[in-house]
Amino acid sequence: MSAATSSPSSARPPLWRDAKVIRWVGQMVVVLLALAFLWWIYSNVQANLRVTRLPRGFGFLDQPYGSDIRGSSFRPSQSVWEAFKVGYFNTIRVVALGIPACTVIGIAIGIARLSENALVRAFGTLYVETFRNIPVLVWIFLAYFVVLSGNLPRIEDALEPFGIAIFSNRGIYLPWYEAGPDIAPFLLTAGLGLLMAGLVAAWRTKVHERTGAPHRRVLWGTVVLLATLVIGYFVLGGPLGMTVPAKEGRLIQGGITVDIAYAGLTIALVLYTASHVAEIVRGAIQAVPKGQSEAANALALTNFQRYRYVVLPQAFRIMIPPLASQYLNITKNSSLAVAVGYYEITRVYSTVANNAAPPVQAVIILMGLYLTFSLGISLVANIINRRLQLEAR
Amino acid sequence: MAERPPQQPLQPPSEDPEGTLRRQTGAKEQPIIPDLLSLPAGGLRQWAKTSLFGSTKDTILTVVFGAILGYIAYRAVVYVFVSARWEVVFDGPLVAYMLGNRFNQTGLSHVNVWAAIYLLTATAGLIAGVSRANGNRTPLKVALKILAAPIVGVMAVLAMTRTITPALLVLGGIALFLVVRTAVPRLPDAVLRRAGWISMGLTAIAFFVLTGGDPSNVDKFGGLLLTIVVSAGGIVLSFPLGVVLALARRSSFPLIRPIAVLYIELIRGVPLITLLFMGRFAFGFFLPPGTRAPGVIPRAIVMITLFTAAYVAEVVRGGLQSVPRGQTEGAQALGLSPLKVTRLIVLPQALRNSIPALIGQFISLLKDTSLLVVIGIPELLGITEQVLAQLKFKAQGYQPETYAFVCLMYWIICFSMSRASQRLETRLGVGQR
Repeated sequence: MSAATSSPSSARPPLWRDAKVIRWVGQMVVVLLALAFLWWIYSNVQANLRVTRLPRGFGFLDQPYGSDIRGSSFRPSQSVWEAFKVGYFNTIRVVALGIPACTVIGIAIGIARLSENALVRAFGTLYVETFRNIPVLVWIFLAYFVVLSGNLPRIEDALEPFGIAIFSNRGIYLPWYEAGPDIAPFLLTAGLGLLMAGLVAAWRTKVHERTGAPHRRVLWGTVVLLATLVIGYFVLGGPLGMTVPAKEGRLIQGGITVDIAYAGLTIALVLYTASHVAEIVRGAIQAVPKGQSEAANALALTNFQRYRYVVLPQAFRIMIPPLASQYLNITKNSSLAVAVGYYEITRVYSTVANNAAPPVQAVIILMGLYLTFSLGISLVANIINRRLQLEAR
Repeated sequence: MAERPPQQPLQPPSEDPEGTLRRQTGAKEQPIIPDLLSLPAGGLRQWAKTSLFGSTKDTILTVVFGAILGYIAYRAVVYVFVSARWEVVFDGPLVAYMLGNRFNQTGLSHVNVWAAIYLLTATAGLIAGVSRANGNRTPLKVALKILAAPIVGVMAVLAMTRTITPALLVLGGIALFLVVRTAVPRLPDAVLRRAGWISMGLTAIAFFVLTGGDPSNVDKFGGLLLTIVVSAGGIVLSFPLGVVLALARRSSFPLIRPIAVLYIELIRGVPLITLLFMGRFAFGFFLPPGTRAPGVIPRAIVMITLFTAAYVAEVVRGGLQSVPRGQTEGAQALGLSPLKVTRLIVLPQALRNSIPALIGQFISLLKDTSLLVVIGIPELLGITEQVLAQLKFKAQGYQPETYAFVCLMYWIICFSMSRASQRLETRLGVGQR
């Protein structure tokens, strides 16, 4: 009715009804609220640390750790930060063995679940449904308390299968390699052998491309590498030996000692994660279009060739992102070692936390260390993923 | 939506190339568990001939894996029925496994627990009845597949208990479920439409009854009850937070998106146990000096919620991405406001698509509650330590039996939940629309 409200010339609405302005103001408000919340937490932490007279910085990292670390030469007088380093290395030991092992078992079980044979399939199903539906911590308890530490004999009457390994509730002792004085030149020879094997393989590939003769590059490369290694070994007079553990009274000489907690943790993590990997593998194989398999059959490829050259390469592409998240899971689940007393990061943290370290800072260090793993694994997975993705056409 | 068994397409084969393929390569498209309830076409002998002894290689595999499976079955049967000393579970401690050692200190009685169970049973009956009224009938075979594990488990436990009361109470619960389910479709439409709200209300009342009106009683819960309360609390609380995070991450707000991304990626990058440690040792430092921090269990629930929300957010984000753009564009063309586009069009479809994955997430939440033992909370796994520390059972190597029982409990719950999620997946037609 009045002229002021219906003036057609004002193209912009008033400020408080302008969608653009509302959007930005709304976002600002949310961001400010989030910052205010963080500031509130931060100031509370500061105030609490003042009240409880705990140090406010990260100085506790330089304090002495104050206790031993089983299975390492760590001295109690070394700093907390050094202890975290040992723990970090011990976490890596779990992950470095766990990731390949769970992949291999997972792929085997995943393929078993797709087998034509009903009993093989039943075995795969039994494995997956058993391991997947029970928490990993229960598996760790079972592996450590029931299968290993509760079951293995005392050191006096330890099991010694074939005299090459010793199983006792104090530890598992396995044969290990022993480096002689000439190990450096031998490693050099090995590197040279690897290089030559690569060159030979490249040459075979070229021959194959030129003449169509079977390339057999893996065979050729392996023969060249083995030949170099054997010649190097004898020329250098046996630079690499093997030590076998031997029992002398209650002491064990030689070999390598595997901590029982490490063994239990790794076995449980591997078996549990493998059940998830198996499901990923099965899903990925099933997601490869059936026409691919049928085409492979039409070309008269064998079962193995069909999997190796047609199905698995395509399934692999689908598998990578979920597989990476399983690798992350096994890394994160290694933190459960704290329940069986294996000295990895979390265990070090819980000792530190019990020694009156400032709790907030200690947790921040712990989380930061795990984030380095997570970021590392996602980085690698992203690179592989980008390499393997199909070029969009 | 009509129920359709997976291997018998309604359409003639010529119109359903997928279906024909599926039947020709039958072995590859087996359901995840071999279908024990229906005999294969062509009789048992034919089936054995083709899928067990088809070739020499097959025969070898059959013999090897048959031996392995037979050995596992033999050892399991011998253990369960002969060598296991089940008194560590059934001779007294069973109540501790179920309710925890300190339940009596709450002043509550088993009546509260059973009343809560009955209320939840009635809620389940209500939901089943409404689903029935809407024409969704779950065939008995499918229902059995989901419920087989819990039925066997409950029967095994009941068979080992001394008194008959629990058995009668279980039968009463089943009867209540059936009565409610049959009665519900006859209720007036107004009730049926509000079934969602009614079941939420009933669940809240069940929680009220369970705690006797004082939520701080939860601090004295333990065993399976605590596992379930913590998981349920985590589920209920993490879901809305996760949806908000997912919407924030998918939104077009350049200032808010990074906050959501940072939160989700940070939480997903650290193990749950570090968050639980934070809740145990550092939580008090986040509150103003002098405030009394909440109990250990509420703090753990908060941490589990913060943790699960990040994963829920990723699942819901996947659901949001699966809603075709045309839906949003169509809603915008109808002149809906951005809020309404999300609330009425996008979110319902996204949530429906993410239900199976969400259940998967909640199964892992339930399994994750076992980590509470590390910070000294006696949930199902933690209670074993207290039982094993009892004078009667101390240092006699009772671990295998206790852990076996705990394994069975977890397995029954997780397995039937994952079965139910598979069923929902087919019913909702995820990935088929």
